[in-house]
Amino acid sequence: MNYQSIGSSGGIRQIRAKTVDFGASDAPLTPEELAKDGLVQFPTVIGGVVPVVNLPGIKPGQLRLNGQVLGDIYLGKITKWNDKAIADLNPGVQLPGNDVGAVRRADGSGTTFIFTNYLSKANAEWKQKVGEGQAVQWPVGLGGKGNEGVAAFVQRLPGSIGYVEYAYAKQNKLSYALMQNAAGAFVTPDDSAFKAAAAGAEWTKSGFYEILTNMPGKESWPITGATFILVYKSPEKPQQTAEVLKFFDWAYANGDKLAADLDYVPLPDTVVKQVQASWTTNIKDSGGKGLWAAAR
Amino acid sequence: MEITAPSPAVAVPAHKAEQRKEQLPRPRAPRNSSGLGDAVFFNVTRFFAVLTLVTLAGIIVSLVVSSWPSIQKFGLAFLWRAQWDPPAGQFGALVQIYGTLVTSVIALIIAIPVSFGIAFFLTELSPVWLRRPLGTAIELLAAIPSIVYGMWGLLVFAPLFGQYVQPVLAATLGQIPLVGALFKGPPLGIGLLSAGVILAIMIIPFIAAVMRDVFNVTPPMLKESAYALGATTWEVMWNVVLSYTKVGVVGGIMLGLGRALGETMAVTFVIGNTNFLSNVSLFSPGNSITSALANEFQEADPGLHSAALIELGLVLFLITFLVLAASKLLLMRLRVNEGAKT
Repeated sequence: MNYQSIGSSGGIRQIRAKTVDFGASDAPLTPEELAKDGLVQFPTVIGGVVPVVNLPGIKPGQLRLNGQVLGDIYLGKITKWNDKAIADLNPGVQLPGNDVGAVRRADGSGTTFIFTNYLSKANAEWKQKVGEGQAVQWPVGLGGKGNEGVAAFVQRLPGSIGYVEYAYAKQNKLSYALMQNAAGAFVTPDDSAFKAAAAGAEWTKSGFYEILTNMPGKESWPITGATFILVYKSPEKPQQTAEVLKFFDWAYANGDKLAADLDYVPLPDTVVKQVQASWTTNIKDSGGKGLWAAAR
Repeated sequence: MEITAPSPAVAVPAHKAEQRKEQLPRPRAPRNSSGLGDAVFFNVTRFFAVLTLVTLAGIIVSLVVSSWPSIQKFGLAFLWRAQWDPPAGQFGALVQIYGTLVTSVIALIIAIPVSFGIAFFLTELSPVWLRRPLGTAIELLAAIPSIVYGMWGLLVFAPLFGQYVQPVLAATLGQIPLVGALFKGPPLGIGLLSAGVILAIMIIPFIAAVMRDVFNVTPPMLKESAYALGATTWEVMWNVVLSYTKVGVVGGIMLGLGRALGETMAVTFVIGNTNFLSNVSLFSPGNSITSALANEFQEADPGLHSAALIELGLVLFLITFLVLAASKLLLMRLRVNEGAKT
């Protein structure tokens, strides 16, 4: 097996061109896109995107934000940290009067997709003016290359805010903010909050087209996303696709601890069962024989 | 050198004698074979030369073909549209072209006088024992990979630049009418000016090395004559050495400019990667063509976004071509004005 870390778009492009046996992407394909290219997708692990801030006098986890405010910050409408909209969410917190410096990813990335997808759901003006994507036209801000680029800017510039993968924020001990979720509760980004978001999804209904942002549930972290694997519905090389399925079966069975060590959240067992059921019904060789049943 | 030189000197006569002995009976034979050899050699070298041209043409054709959807949709307006909006499928290259040109010009403005000073010092003023180590150190600077400059720029240079240099610039140059607008805004340490300064540091070794080499080839007789007429070191340098070597100097500067235009990694770390122009301040973040390509190509959707990025590459190709053509023209005019070959 040879896994190339080339980015989501590259993964989708290569699986479409049939040069690889499976592709991986942070942004799921719609059922129509899947049907068009004869592909099946399934989620593997869940991760969160967290806003990180550099505010003098504010402790990690002390600042509370919601989607409306976060969107307004990235739209350039909120320019001071003691803005009334932020102060209203943070009663009792002494907010500094620094300028807000919005930092975002310069390179196209799945993290940006999840973040902008969330802002589009939570902030109507964002949806209309900017929209979602792996790269968008940002109205304000500085672009850093990769999680590390964003983190470097945020750590350096007092008054700045950025967004990075949870795993990156945790491992580098960045100061994160609490987010208000769809149920109105303020949640801390951690494994259980990502799990709660995943539990609220109705996976099978949409061919696993589920973006886990702004999910219902009091414990759900609102900026959550899954990573997806793409394989062919009726592969030209059924033997290889069967091996791919076996590998992911092994990963579901044995990879939970690995994922947790890397601060990603493994899929709940119920979802794994749904994934394997979809393998049985969807992935077949040229003779119409189920590949997954034959592989095990 | 001292060891290898004698052995060919001994070998050559023996070899020649042998050749002469063989040549005597059939004097024409070697001519024929050398004629064939010449033809083969000519054709092989011609093949290599043509191969370069074919590759060049192939690159241009494939760039045009791949960027065709974008060329078709935006036409020439691509060059002056400032919008870069992947979700909406709206692309224009103005911000990236502006960033590429501005950072390169800043780099040249800083690098040319500094390089001239370095080369001046190394060839005329420096004590002899210092020339070798200093020259080597400057050449070593050229060997540092650009990503190292980028990381250093982001983590070391930008914070210091933003904290100590930019506020001073804003307080001095920023107060001058008109020009001041270039030095306004929050001192982030990231932006067009920082990228330009990093580029300058990167191209100084190239320009300085070329300048030093061409200054060294100025015939001592010319310099001695000027000194004999009572010229100062500066006058000799400015009027004699520089005018004797101006073709080489321009060539060195163009080498540096070419590197500045095409530099990617170092720029992307410090330029701020922002696809809009809100003001003319050099403190504000921007983007360059290469940096946009490096950041977005990997994750670009097939279709218009990819096509627009490839068209950016085509634009950079054209800019480089124009710069090269301009430098050739400049050199030709210099030669004409001189009235003699240098």
